[in-house]
Amino acid sequence: MKVGVVVFPGSNCDRDLAVAFKAAGADVTMVWHKDTSLPSGLDMIGVPGGFSFGDYLRCGAIAAQSPICHAVVDHAKAGGYVFGVCNGFQILTETGLLPGALLRNTNLKYICKTIPLTVKSTDSAYTSGYQMGQKIMVPIAHHDGNYTADADTVSRLQGQGRVAFTYGNNPNGSVGDIAGILSENHRVLGMMPHPERAADAAHGGTDGQALFRAVVGAMQAA
Amino acid sequence: MKARVTVMLKNGVLDPQGKAVHHALATLGFDGVDGVRQGKVIELTLTETDAAKAEKTVGEMCEKLLANMVIESYSIEIL
Repeated sequence: MKVGVVVFPGSNCDRDLAVAFKAAGADVTMVWHKDTSLPSGLDMIGVPGGFSFGDYLRCGAIAAQSPICHAVVDHAKAGGYVFGVCNGFQILTETGLLPGALLRNTNLKYICKTIPLTVKSTDSAYTSGYQMGQKIMVPIAHHDGNYTADADTVSRLQGQGRVAFTYGNNPNGSVGDIAGILSENHRVLGMMPHPERAADAAHGGTDGQALFRAVVGAMQAA
Repeated sequence: MKARVTVMLKNGVLDPQGKAVHHALATLGFDGVDGVRQGKVIELTLTETDAAKAEKTVGEMCEKLLANMVIESYSIEIL
């Protein structure tokens, strides 16, 4: 199973994401933001956390217009898997691959702590390793993680089982406590929490491991 | 030719920064403020000399990049 992790100027979780995928058994290639096409044979694209382009204009807005992102959008539209974490989630909403947007946290603070999440959908390659309703502990580290979308979009996400994770104790004001959402075909996942930072015993928690193992397992079986 | 783009959060989208500014103004004793919304201003220097064409192009820039139409609205002034 081959994963490409995109690297933007200002990405800072790219290596963490690569390590988590490798630990789960994937081959990982780093992909530079100026490339206009993806290496052939990738099963999945990882869009990492960080502060791409210094969060200028809006978080993820400049990255979403970078050459590689056009290739990432094409990959997703052709049915490919794309996984965006934190800034990666912001980038995916800016590209339009996922609906809604991430606003400034309601308390206006950068929040960096490990928090409880509830698994709300097990119907995806990412979440099939969890139990429905399972509580997991995963770190967040963001200033703009306040998910928003119009009421119709939110009820559609909820009705179609596309809310992957919710916050146990909403830290940032996200509508419906939403922490992560899936695309219509459940192959694109964007989430603000960092499962790659809870994927090794040395991290102090391993609740994110099941996500990487499940998705790598699903690709290898396919 | 210059264009000034003003990007604001749409009405109904919570603006925590505006709320914080509102709160700070009240702390300073400015109690006559009913609401604060904070946005951003982007000035563009254009090579286009036709105002109508410039406005159309800047509109496309707003839709594609300068504003996120999910949460923001924009207005354009040609200067």
